Amino acid sequence: MTALLEIRSLTVELPTAAGWVKPVNDLSLQIAAGQTLGLVGESGSGKTMLALALMGLLPPGARVHGETRLVTKEGTAKSLTTLDEEGWRKVRGQQIAMIFQEPMTSLNPVMRIGAQIEEAILAHQPNLERGAVQLRLRTAMKHASMPEPETRARQFPHQLSGGLRQRAMIAMALAPSPELLIADEPTTALDVTVQKQILDLLDRLRRELDLALLFITHDLGVVAKVADRVAVMYAGRIVEEGPVQKVLLSPQHPYTQGLLAASPTLERRVLTPIPGTVPQLKQLPPGCAFAPRCSFRRAECDQAVPAFRQVEPDHGARCVLP
Amino acid sequence: MSSLLEVRSVHKSFVRGGGAFANEGKAERFVAVEGVSFEVARGETFAVVGESGCGKTTLARMVLRLIEPDHGAILFEGRDLLQLSDGALRAQRREMQMIFQDPFASLNPRMRVGEIVAEPLAIHEPQRSSGERLGRAGEMLRRVGLDQSALQRYPHEFSGGQRQRIGIARALILRPKLIVADEPVSALDVSVGAQVLLLLQELQKEFALTYLFISHSLPVVAQLASQIAVMRAGKLVECGPADRILHHPGSGYARELLAAVPEIPRPGQV
Repeated sequence: MTALLEIRSLTVELPTAAGWVKPVNDLSLQIAAGQTLGLVGESGSGKTMLALALMGLLPPGARVHGETRLVTKEGTAKSLTTLDEEGWRKVRGQQIAMIFQEPMTSLNPVMRIGAQIEEAILAHQPNLERGAVQLRLRTAMKHASMPEPETRARQFPHQLSGGLRQRAMIAMALAPSPELLIADEPTTALDVTVQKQILDLLDRLRRELDLALLFITHDLGVVAKVADRVAVMYAGRIVEEGPVQKVLLSPQHPYTQGLLAASPTLERRVLTPIPGTVPQLKQLPPGCAFAPRCSFRRAECDQAVPAFRQVEPDHGARCVLP
Repeated sequence: MSSLLEVRSVHKSFVRGGGAFANEGKAERFVAVEGVSFEVARGETFAVVGESGCGKTTLARMVLRLIEPDHGAILFEGRDLLQLSDGALRAQRREMQMIFQDPFASLNPRMRVGEIVAEPLAIHEPQRSSGERLGRAGEMLRRVGLDQSALQRYPHEFSGGQRQRIGIARALILRPKLIVADEPVSALDVSVGAQVLLLLQELQKEFALTYLFISHSLPVVAQLASQIAVMRAGKLVECGPADRILHHPGSGYARELLAAVPEIPRPGQV
């Protein structure tokens, strides 16, 4: 299986008053076409900063090290870490698209839905004829399963429910036929029944369009439903990665175990919270960032950052424990 | 077993589509809560679940009479809150406090945490000295897991979970009987949310609290509810013991909600 997106030792550094911090730290990941990678982490883990790095939307002053490659279906590889703004414009939206948690803040409130999707199409193909744009618009809305597309295209964002707004965002994101879709908590603001519809839709699109999907969420249940593989992120690093069933059923890293023990489920059980709080990026411990909260902590955990070890060929964790 | 709270066919509608720019008579009425009745026994956790717009927050606010119902009755220890005078209502409110969803919006950013937590005492027990009030606030902060030094600090210096603890301390300082908690953990991260849920369970035992717990999340409700009421479009669809609603729901809507919850696979499950 060849990867569509390959991230190797990616580090993002941001300047702060207290010096440089690394919201993304020596991170390696791969996503194949037609595959969903779930990225799990709590606030401040760096998952959104990773998404922004993949979109070329990092805040000014950010420094990037490492290598990110996008391999197109034709087999040509493009390095994302060396792109200039001109180069990013050809990637952003066209090859890699993104949808967000709160669609209302991403949609223009004074522009009709149809016009916004057309704008997304024309941004990448400014010379497209009127008829072809209309065709692409209808296809995009059909992909997003928007009911009554003609009516919806004439409406404004405030006239749409939360679920329909997210569908409009999906239509906009998919209109230029990207190869990778980054979904940053796309269902967190939605009701469960609507969430289910959107998750089913994304899953169907992944299969039908052979889309690679990077699905960012804090909800392990959502990950179990949508992802093939899952990466758990903590303080800028991937602490565990593997097939979703293996990671959730036999978690190797104490942080993954802690998240599972703290997640409420429909079965009543004793929830075990993870003690302490997420560390500040500017005050990371020298060794494992999770060590201060870890009940299996040993002396070696504080000496150096543990290496990422494979437990099985497709499942590994950044922990010294066997 | 006597009930602490009894809600009898409360009803609330709002005007929709009116506003400053609307034509006269164009406004229509939107029914937010329609004929809802239930009883909450002492010491139990009564959860109201439903999707956004179902009226659960309107219902919670009516119980505290923060929103005036159109008609119906709300009995707290047998006294109808809707019949109380302003003064009597104010005295009654010390028995019933609220915990809010957003710990960033619900704390005054220009007040020190000590003042925030002690403020209910300043209103309901003005005869106490400010030193005494701050002492009580410090004790309550310690009980919810915060350090004494918090008294002198401002809300922005705290994380979301810590702020929610501050909100809980403020709600408990008058030793109320009923706590209305509106989505108290939905703005928090998983590990922090679990900490707050456990704290709420401990405090319930310690202070003999009754919870009216409003949430959209069935997994969260499953952790602590003894009774569950399922709400949809302003009406109670189903109401009963938590185990029955979660495992043998009678209504199609409750089944639909349960089926939509993305479940984490557990070892031993197939």
